[in-house]
Amino acid sequence: MVKQNANWSPYDNNGGTCVAIAGSDYCVIAADTRMSTGYSILSRDYSKIHKLADKAVLSSSGFQADVKALQKVLKSRHLIYQHQHNKQMSCPAMAQLLSNTLYFKRFFPYYAFNVLGGLDEEGKGCVFTYDAVGSYEKVGYSAQGSGSTLIMPFLDNQLKSPSPLLLPAQDSNTPLSEAEAVDLVKTVFASATERDIYTGDSLEIMVLKADGVKTELMALRKD
Amino acid sequence: MFRNQYDTDVTTWSPTGRLFQVEYAMEAVKQGSAAIGLRSRSHVVLACVNKAQSELSSHQRKIFKVDDHIGVAIAGLTADGRVLSRYMRSESINHSFSYESPLPVGRLVVRLADKAQVCTQRSWKRPYGVGLLVGGLDESGAHLYYNCPSGNYFEYQAFAIGSRSQAAKTYLERRFEGFKESSREDLIKDAILAIRETLQGETLKSSLCTVSVLGVGEPFHFLDQETIQNVIDTFEKVPEQDEEAGEGEAEVAAGAAPAEQGGSGDQDVAPMEM
Repeated sequence: MVKQNANWSPYDNNGGTCVAIAGSDYCVIAADTRMSTGYSILSRDYSKIHKLADKAVLSSSGFQADVKALQKVLKSRHLIYQHQHNKQMSCPAMAQLLSNTLYFKRFFPYYAFNVLGGLDEEGKGCVFTYDAVGSYEKVGYSAQGSGSTLIMPFLDNQLKSPSPLLLPAQDSNTPLSEAEAVDLVKTVFASATERDIYTGDSLEIMVLKADGVKTELMALRKD
Repeated sequence: MFRNQYDTDVTTWSPTGRLFQVEYAMEAVKQGSAAIGLRSRSHVVLACVNKAQSELSSHQRKIFKVDDHIGVAIAGLTADGRVLSRYMRSESINHSFSYESPLPVGRLVVRLADKAQVCTQRSWKRPYGVGLLVGGLDESGAHLYYNCPSGNYFEYQAFAIGSRSQAAKTYLERRFEGFKESSREDLIKDAILAIRETLQGETLKSSLCTVSVLGVGEPFHFLDQETIQNVIDTFEKVPEQDEEAGEGEAEVAAGAAPAEQGGSGDQDVAPMEM
């Protein structure tokens, strides 16, 4: 009996791209709404953005069944937190919780590529970017998913602070205004849609500020 | 209750077929400060009297949010109540996780009752010393249940537990037939009036009671002091001022500050008295 390799995989990739940009008092979280499998499209208006707490919004690409399961776990954990602490979780706290939850399944991971966006305790925008097993970092902007390789270099070009060696130390938060950030996101997705077959249909943009959250939908190429 | 021969542990029956330990646990409920629940077709109100251990300490929390659609008021051993509230929250969250829908209240109280029953049939356990008024809303409407330490539970239109609850129950018995069709505001007013009955003479102030509401389109939440005070003001006539005037320390306050008070109610005379 020769050892046989698995003829079945527990994972699938539903494609899509997620981007988040942190501002001085806002955070922009955006994702396309195409859900695919192989070369087929499953849905043209599936939302990959999920609000976990008042000040923390999660956007995930990858295997959407795992993403859904992950969102459910985080939602329950957040409820428990609220019962115990009588308040909502802050974005940095949620970031740590997400990391721990992902690592908990280190040996059968959630196939989810996450970007967590929100406002920190001081009201400034923050973005946390993750790998599938929970390694995370606080950054000023990030892209995950099938179009990330197309988008990230462009965001670096537009937003990256010149050098960590420069004095005075520059904030990792982008000095863009909210309108500029939203515009940048639209540009970036329009470009990624051109060359990435898994990205397109429409773009969902969520802007999180201290007084609440606004959602906008923009059309993308459907081919 | 007098000392009985068969009351040493919960697994011993008396010759008359009673479990005294369970009955003693129900006595513990009567020692706690009053808690009241009432329901209409669409809302449930839970209210309780704030009792503090001493003037120096804050009062214990007796009403807990279990979920957006369920709240619980307790009377008796508050520590037991806290633990059971945590259990209820956990059950509610697990149900939401598995079924993506809110836990029906009836299911929750059965699980609570079964949990209580276990403690009446194990020699190494003791019954929970807390009575729970579980109020909630589900697809079949608004419900109010009372869970006993004995493991029994009953559904009510309105109920009161804890010390001096009989006075509140008498008030509720007179009025309960109208509760089903009550408006939200009337229900809250009735709850506070019932609380007043348990105070038996003490002036009713918003600081003395905690009131929570849940209903159709309204997730569980506590009413703030101001709202409660406004309701109290609608039925409390201008409270007697001469009561305080006689006392020594208030005299100075009354003498020094009649101008500031401007003849408004005596709510802010001698705050130390609260």
